[in-house]
Amino acid sequence: MDAIKQNKDREYQKYVSAKMPKTNILRNCTSAFLVGGLICVIGQIILNIGRNYYNLDQNSAATFTTIVMIFLGGILTGLGVYDDIGKIGGAGSIVPITGFSNSIVSPAMEFKREGFVLGIGAKMFTVAGPVLVYGIGSSVVVGFIYYFFVR
Amino acid sequence: MESKRLGGQTIILKNRPKIISNSSIVGQKESQGPLGEFFDIVMPDNLWGEDSWEKTECRMLKEVCERAIEGANKKNTDINYFFAGDLLNQIMTANFTARTLGIPFFGLFGACSTMTESISLGAIMVDGGYADNALCATSSHFCTAERQFRYPLEQGTQMAPTGQWTVTGAGAVVVSNEGNGPSITHITTGKVVDYGIKDVNNMGAAMAPAAVETIKAHFEDTGRNPQDYDLIVTGDLGRFGRELTIDMLNKEGYDIASRYIDCGCEIYGEEQDVQSGGSGCGCSAVVFSGFILKKIEEGELNRVLMGSTGALLSTTSTQQGESIPGIMHLVVIEKGEG
Amino acid sequence: MEYLKAFVVGGLICVVGQILIDKTNLSPARILVIFVTSGVVLGALGIYEPLVQFAGAGASIPLPGFGNTLAKGVLDSVNQEGILGIFTGGVQAAAGGITAAVFFGYLIAIIFDPKTKR
Repeated sequence: MDAIKQNKDREYQKYVSAKMPKTNILRNCTSAFLVGGLICVIGQIILNIGRNYYNLDQNSAATFTTIVMIFLGGILTGLGVYDDIGKIGGAGSIVPITGFSNSIVSPAMEFKREGFVLGIGAKMFTVAGPVLVYGIGSSVVVGFIYYFFVR
Repeated sequence: MESKRLGGQTIILKNRPKIISNSSIVGQKESQGPLGEFFDIVMPDNLWGEDSWEKTECRMLKEVCERAIEGANKKNTDINYFFAGDLLNQIMTANFTARTLGIPFFGLFGACSTMTESISLGAIMVDGGYADNALCATSSHFCTAERQFRYPLEQGTQMAPTGQWTVTGAGAVVVSNEGNGPSITHITTGKVVDYGIKDVNNMGAAMAPAAVETIKAHFEDTGRNPQDYDLIVTGDLGRFGRELTIDMLNKEGYDIASRYIDCGCEIYGEEQDVQSGGSGCGCSAVVFSGFILKKIEEGELNRVLMGSTGALLSTTSTQQGESIPGIMHLVVIEKGEG
Repeated sequence: MEYLKAFVVGGLICVVGQILIDKTNLSPARILVIFVTSGVVLGALGIYEPLVQFAGAGASIPLPGFGNTLAKGVLDSVNQEGILGIFTGGVQAAAGGITAAVFFGYLIAIIFDPKTKR
């Protein structure tokens, strides 16, 4: 009985994937390339401003750029523009640090109605939380390996 | 006792309860679709002056319920039962609307199949003589569904080609044992069907087998053919799910293509950028109460096989890797006096 | 030239993400986690830093750049402070970004309300 059901399921899933309308990967990738590239160019302009006008060293200029880009991504999210960029750009708007900012501001705004602590405070980390957990977590693992086995 | 049952899943309503009034409300996007002119109320925006989208959805449902009761020339106290449900956790919209209406209430969860589920139960109550009037309603709202099931609105995301757009809309009908209006003659209740589709962006494919099995069961139980109906309707399978349903029913020997519409395909135009079409409880609710019932009343349609399709998933079941169970309930609506 | 390099490299990193989304149906959250983690790994192996030197913001603005900052921070701190650096280095290096995200995120969420999609 179970085997028959499993077979039927598998057959249906095969049937569905054969008939599925295909995503236009080429078009999606092109717009991701353009949007993502453009965001990085804006980042580069800010990096150069930091270097040339504020005479920041390399590390500080990078931090400066990150902060400004996070602000820009956040404000565009607040103004309701970033989701439109995301609709066109796909990963081109998710992968840059502005996308990280978007993923913080959008749930924070959305859940304001559920309160300032459990609404904004908790929900702003629905996507950013995992990013920090795995980012910081893996950096600690890297640190351990480096300290004990490499250095 | 005389049995009112017909085959495995179908019942006959010998007393032919009638749908004596209906009401529908939609948002701006739905009003701009091909069926826009048929809906009773169009909200100026998706918040409608409320503090939250959940409150807006409650007001939408309350509004259509009151209008339907008014349209039937009844008072709240004339309505014996209120059957309603929605998509939100613990069917918040339906519960809060019932709190306002003060009518004995059965809360339902059938996901997007709630419209025909509530009509089925209301009609059974009336046919059995347990109610003179029953109010059957459901609602969905793009913004409340999006934040519960998908992403925050301002998050930049792309829709998959099989993705569907939750309809902002609510529909209500009053089923009664007397008065004028289209009659409900048969009910075929669906079973939960799951062929192991896990992709939440592909609800059409998850629900299509449920639609196929209920339609097939209906034809087998009643001995009828697709030709016996002027129109066969499914709830929110979308373009892709519709295509699968036609194809699978063809393999079963039923050719429905020429007389079959899916509410999800009808409510939005191709140019409205909704990928596979509409979804949500409100989808079949507003197309049925706004469009189909009017076409029956005007005499353009005589006998309609009406189904609402539901995808019975939750965010928890999805995160735990479960597949998406589907269901569809059918009711037969006929014009004319019994 | 600098800008062209940033454009092309940044764009290409995003294309990798787009292919992942279209081929595997991964949610944005998973994409971000994968990119940050791979940034940490590539940074630790010393592969990502040359890319940053080459493409500037084209490599540092995409999320792997954030991972690279974390990894670099840990390695530098371990060199200077020893074992404590394992725990302090990453967040120290990324402090600006994290704090900006929390602060601006909160501020903007207070000021603005979400709007429905068209």
